[in-house]
Amino acid sequence: MKKNIILAGVGGQGILSIATVIGEAALAENLYLKQAEVHGMSQRGGDVQSNLRLSSDPIASDLIPKGGADLIISLEPMEALRYVDYLSPEGWVVTSADPFVNIPNYPDMEAVKARLEAVGHLVSLNVEALAKEAGAPAQAANMVLLGAAIPMLDIDHDKMIDGVRRVFARKGEAVVESNVAAVEAGYAHSLKQM
Amino acid sequence: MKHLLLGDEAIAQGAIDAGLSGVYAYPGTPSTEITEYIQMQQAKLMKAEPDAAEKRIFCKWATNEKTAMEAALGMAYMGKRALVCMKHVGMNVCADAFMNSAITGVNGGLVVLAADDPSMHSSQNEQDSRFYGKFAMIPIMEPSNQQEAYDMTKAAFALSEELHTPVLLRVTTRMAHSRAVVCTQDEAPKQNAMSLPENVKHFILLPAFAKQNYAELVAAQPVFTEKSNNSPYNVYKKGANPKKAIITTGIAYNYLMENGEPEATVLKITQYPLPEALIKQMVADGAEEVLVVEEGQPVVEEMIRGMIPSTIAVKGRLTGDLPRMGELNPDSVRAALGMEPLPVREKEDIVVSRPPALCQGCGHRDMYAALNEVAREYEDSRIFGDIGCYTLGALSPFHAIHACVEMGASVTMAKGAADAGQHPSIAVIGDSTFTHSGMTGLLDCVNSNANVVVLISDNLTTGMTGGQDSAGTGRLEQICYGLGVAPEHVRVVVPLPKNMEEIKQTLREEIDYPGTSVVIARRECIQTLKRHLKAAKAGK
Repeated sequence: MKKNIILAGVGGQGILSIATVIGEAALAENLYLKQAEVHGMSQRGGDVQSNLRLSSDPIASDLIPKGGADLIISLEPMEALRYVDYLSPEGWVVTSADPFVNIPNYPDMEAVKARLEAVGHLVSLNVEALAKEAGAPAQAANMVLLGAAIPMLDIDHDKMIDGVRRVFARKGEAVVESNVAAVEAGYAHSLKQM
Repeated sequence: MKHLLLGDEAIAQGAIDAGLSGVYAYPGTPSTEITEYIQMQQAKLMKAEPDAAEKRIFCKWATNEKTAMEAALGMAYMGKRALVCMKHVGMNVCADAFMNSAITGVNGGLVVLAADDPSMHSSQNEQDSRFYGKFAMIPIMEPSNQQEAYDMTKAAFALSEELHTPVLLRVTTRMAHSRAVVCTQDEAPKQNAMSLPENVKHFILLPAFAKQNYAELVAAQPVFTEKSNNSPYNVYKKGANPKKAIITTGIAYNYLMENGEPEATVLKITQYPLPEALIKQMVADGAEEVLVVEEGQPVVEEMIRGMIPSTIAVKGRLTGDLPRMGELNPDSVRAALGMEPLPVREKEDIVVSRPPALCQGCGHRDMYAALNEVAREYEDSRIFGDIGCYTLGALSPFHAIHACVEMGASVTMAKGAADAGQHPSIAVIGDSTFTHSGMTGLLDCVNSNANVVVLISDNLTTGMTGGQDSAGTGRLEQICYGLGVAPEHVRVVVPLPKNMEEIKQTLREEIDYPGTSVVIARRECIQTLKRHLKAAKAGK
């Protein structure tokens, strides 16, 4: 098993929480893992990404080679496109459909959608709306996205849910359940769209 | 025990497990998390074992890298193990203490951690700290993965004590900020007991003594090299085709291996001085061409040219086989190996850049809004910026500052400009940067009554690195008075939109005052405020 994942978004959206949950599940599976994060200045509303690599064999590089990513998980549609040159020809994009516009020259949304469709393997979803539908707060939008990525991860659905439970355990049962509901909503949506 | 740790955290845990007694640091990306991890572990320990004095590690932030380095040297003088952490440019700040610590040598282990930032993710240059290690003539360790970061930190302390020398531990951003599983020791660490140096003259660098020390340091060089030759972290592997050889250092080794086990001979270097015996072995095995793959500047590429016959071609960053600047990656190393690139998709051309910006509600925003309006009332205002979140004032929408060089430069550059005849000459500096390196410049201003306004944008924290303690919080006015600024020209404003007229008037008055004045714009960082409110709520 080998999965190269690029997590993308805008500083403050919570991509590292997605990485934490996947990492938790991967460790329980005794997989090797490397995760390069972005800290520092780029957090202030700028674009952020993290390279997450999982494998049943030792992993050499902390960075994913161009053309080597199996999956882009993005909390923002244009940010998903930013790393398309890293995606393998068979790779998937799982992205939030909700643009985060904090720049004056954000590209035309229809064009962004069209380019995302052109990737070939796409799951695009309104993560905030799905979070609310599932009875979770808007902050759980990242967990909806994580749920949508489960089918591409080669980690068993139930093991991922266990990972969510462990990561949020210290925040209390209510937080755990709303995050699990968010993950399940994303998962169900993805299965329909795939 | 197995843990998922950042490279920085692996170093911190390695230092703790090595029996660390003190960590000294000023926050700086990508080194900050080392000290934060030790602080977090110490806070847990304080709760669990409030009486375990023998397990205490000093871990309060230092005012700057120089004070950190000196305090660490003092702790090592007393026979205990000390760690100093900084980002690469911090090495410049502590260079005096660092260089001379190589002359004094150490009693307890002293490890100096420099986190370099090739590609300048959060820095103003990409200087390579290995030059400092070579300059000071001390051993350098450069781990290639998180497990080595843990193991080599422990090894660095042992080596420091064995050789009575500080050891430089060098990492880069990708090592510092990348996570992997690390196996750590189970046995509890034990700190050194206090002890005095055998020969106290070693620490008195009068020329007569310093000459003797320096002669000893020079004489020890072959010993240091022998340690590198025999280091388990320097690995020589003769290839199927030994005519080709690759020397790779630190994290660059991973980018090589990502492209598969090469046919060439591979010399992996993670401990310096360069392992001469292994390089000679590479030559003896028939190397005709050497590719040097190293993260940072071409340090090894330059050094080996004098160590191998000139008939052997050396390739690397200097020859253009690898990019001259910036971080390496699997793709650039792949190209240098002459391998075909992987099939890739085209880069999307509709994607635009999304630069970082000051947070909504940040006090720096209101400060810049007022300053910009007042600055426009004068014919040619010059505003000298500094290092911090407020450097983002250079970008849209403010375009407020005209310079940003290094920590503290705003104050003294504004002074130099005023000396040259510029008016208004204004410095904008954060509270933490002011105490780091701005105070001495302000004393220079006071001593010549330079016609400057020093605007301290005080958010009560070290904001850009994530909200660490700021050394002068609550005492900035007193510091300015103490340095000799006239109290009536130390003004305090609260940067909020409702106070805009008052802030502007204060700035005008101080710009028009022909001498040194300070305006403190004080409002808590919006990020730390959120955290404090959340903690207060949880406390109730």
